[in-house]
Amino acid sequence: MALTIKEVEHVALLARLNLSPGEKELFAQQLGAILEYFGRLNHLSTDGVEPLAHVLPLANVMRDDEIWTPLDKEDILANAPLEEEGQFRVPRIV
Amino acid sequence: MSRSKYEAVIGLEVHVELKTNSKAFCGCATSFGAEPNTNVCPICLGMPGTLPVLNRQMVEYAIKTGLALNCRIAEFCKFDRKNYYYPDLPKNYQISQYDLPIAIGGKLDIEIEGDGASKTIGITRVHMEEDAGKLVHQGNIMTTPYSLVDLNRAGTPLLEIVSEPDMSSGAEARRYVEKLRAILLFLEVSDCKMEEGSLRCDANISVRPNGQTKLGTKAEIKNMNSFRALERAVEYEIDRQIKILEEGGTIIQDTRTWDEVQQITLSMRSKEEAHDYRYFPDPDLMPLKIDQAWTERVRASLPELPDQACLRLVEEYNLSQYDAALLTATKDGLEYFDACVRQYPQPKVVANWIMGELARLLNQNNMEIKDCRITPHALSQLLTLLEKGTISGKIAKKVFEEMFQTGALPDKIIEEQGLVQISDEAGILAIVKEVINANPKVVDDFKNGKGKAAGFLVGQVMKASKGKANPEIANRLLNEELSRL
Repeated sequence: MALTIKEVEHVALLARLNLSPGEKELFAQQLGAILEYFGRLNHLSTDGVEPLAHVLPLANVMRDDEIWTPLDKEDILANAPLEEEGQFRVPRIV
Repeated sequence: MSRSKYEAVIGLEVHVELKTNSKAFCGCATSFGAEPNTNVCPICLGMPGTLPVLNRQMVEYAIKTGLALNCRIAEFCKFDRKNYYYPDLPKNYQISQYDLPIAIGGKLDIEIEGDGASKTIGITRVHMEEDAGKLVHQGNIMTTPYSLVDLNRAGTPLLEIVSEPDMSSGAEARRYVEKLRAILLFLEVSDCKMEEGSLRCDANISVRPNGQTKLGTKAEIKNMNSFRALERAVEYEIDRQIKILEEGGTIIQDTRTWDEVQQITLSMRSKEEAHDYRYFPDPDLMPLKIDQAWTERVRASLPELPDQACLRLVEEYNLSQYDAALLTATKDGLEYFDACVRQYPQPKVVANWIMGELARLLNQNNMEIKDCRITPHALSQLLTLLEKGTISGKIAKKVFEEMFQTGALPDKIIEEQGLVQISDEAGILAIVKEVINANPKVVDDFKNGKGKAAGFLVGQVMKASKGKANPEIANRLLNEELSRL
């Protein structure tokens, strides 16, 4: 079942995406289909099954509190569309 | 406005940066004040394909804090992604803990101002998360043309400590954060500097008419950067909400910021614009299993905490509750007191000097006890000289001040400035006789029953000896001489 246009607009806003009316229609259908597919999981009986936190049977993977060498500042800023005073320059976002 | 007809309900969320060497999920250093973007790597930069690995020290600090706040440590906990799009975290999510935090269900006691009573504030939970980077605006966030992003702080380990809504005034909120800060400082898990942002605090506030059980609509207040700001912001917000209700209005659920300049809270966003974080378990991080042995090992490493230290001072040293609370307010202060008492085992005398002269000089010079140049050894030497009568109480204060300024030892100051008390009876008697001869009129007054006259004469003796005469001996000799006349 397709998502409503309102739901698509909400998800698009959260992802900071600007969608055209045509895209909203398209994604309403496609996202609906994806959810429907995963919805099949709801038909399985999970009685007596513990919730799973991770698919791997591992726990307590930790490292010691040691400092490593950071990246060079030039490398860090290499992908920055705009840079100023060694920092990323971004539009005002409230 | 009738404040007394309403009850305020306040809960606090406190974020503290942990003082690990490296970040929560990568090996970048966590130092404050470094040049922008110099402690950044592909992991905290959120580059695709990188994998975070949990810092063990962060977990140890979290368990320590949980235990000190009387929480139950979860045997199983995990990390979740809190999704939001904002340039301060380039991954577009913050690694946090959602439904399975590391510690739950604790409490701490705060002292209520004035009446010596205490109140228990519940701790809902303590969870681990990473800090975001820093955005520098050109002036005000609402009018800045653009912002600059420094990611040095991104990924710094944080604890979020959430209280139950158990406080009912700005003063209680302040006491709670002060107490929490003292505990964290005693644990040495954070440096808790509000002005540097290593301890930050948000308040959830609502009001309701007395007797109403249903909670009122709450507002969340952010951006309170000092204890004073916290207390004032909470008080302002309580008054604001009561005023709305009194005027027949309704309170809108919103997030507000404390404006330090105007001393008011301002709305930032309403509930409708509230974030939808879509938490889900972080597949990059394995869950944590904390067994009894681990918890107990951390428990065994807990230092003495403020409440325990306070009790020790009252029970072992016979100090008043008030004095003990003052002396245990900071770890540095308590360590200094303990060191002094080890050198000079008269706790009450030591306490009086620390809370009196030392506190006065520290305040005057805007200094903290760790900057104090008077070593416990030096203080002990001074108090011994005073006890033996080598110097008078008045001189001792003078020497103390000199010690505070220069860090010199008292015996040296006393010798250099010739401040040794005169206890030699013959010497004092000579001065006493001189004073009596020089003041015949006052002596007459004394004989006519004017008690005050004796005080004046003692003063003259002290003055003539430049404050060095032993006051007890001076007093006794003067009385003896006067009674002989």
